[in-house]
Amino acid sequence: MTCTEFLSKLDDYFDGKVDADVLAEVQAHVKKCSHCEVVLDTTRKTISIYRENEVYEFPAELRERLHAAIMKKCSKAKV
Amino acid sequence: MPAIQSQVAEEVHPDVALVARAKLGDTAAFEQLVRQYERQIFRVAQHITQNREDAEDITQDAFFKAYEKLEQFQGNSKFSTWLVRIAVNESLMRLRKRKTSRTVSMDEDVQTEDGSIPRDFAEWRPNPEQLYGQSELGEILRKTIQGLPPGFRTVFTLRDVENLSTEETAEALGLSVPAVKSRLLRARLQLRERLSRYFRKKNGEAKP
Ligand SMILES: [Zn+2]
Repeated sequence: MTCTEFLSKLDDYFDGKVDADVLAEVQAHVKKCSHCEVVLDTTRKTISIYRENEVYEFPAELRERLHAAIMKKCSKAKV
Repeated sequence: MPAIQSQVAEEVHPDVALVARAKLGDTAAFEQLVRQYERQIFRVAQHITQNREDAEDITQDAFFKAYEKLEQFQGNSKFSTWLVRIAVNESLMRLRKRKTSRTVSMDEDVQTEDGSIPRDFAEWRPNPEQLYGQSELGEILRKTIQGLPPGFRTVFTLRDVENLSTEETAEALGLSVPAVKSRLLRARLQLRERLSRYFRKKNGEAKP
């Protein structure tokens, strides 16, 4: 497996969707290629850091205001 | 090693009953759907437009359109995917209006090789959360995703922030599955590369 092939498997790998033989190849590649090992680890961290941190705040005050505006708008619509 | 899982296939989604009731004119059922998804829709809109006022408008418009078009929702997809699709379209439209000189579409950016080949191979040690405080980290994350082309940003947001499956993302964006996959890879690698400037293990050199 080349580095490019490795990258093309990343998505399915993270989703746990690669077949056992491909999984073995990915793992073997990472073992011998320190660059891809880092890419794997830091890409995983990139995803989790965006998933776990609320990048944009959604304060209760904004939520209530938006919610009320949405419902008001819809109440004027045809059903 | 732990894989990042996306949703498993579900049985009958609880939204199905709510949508059915809303279609019959049950406002409370629709309101419950609004409660469930207003945060997600706002977040998607803000990620794509990078503008809070726009995101507020888009959230209102998206739910309003969904309400008006509810009859047309056939239930072939999840209600949330359908809703996200409406919000994405509204967001992209808003971006186009704002940047009259630049085209904004899901088809752009495909040619650029920039950042799609990893260059920075430094480890991230210690973990970013240990390196930066919450507000500083938030600032870095916002700045970094802002630098991505809108098409990449959108795919990353739906797949990785909102945890939609590849198929759902493709449906919400009107893209093919391979197109989503290729954009997602580039988006992730570009973000990784940019974040690495902040998070890479320092060897005595100055902070970026
Ligand atoms: Zn490699």
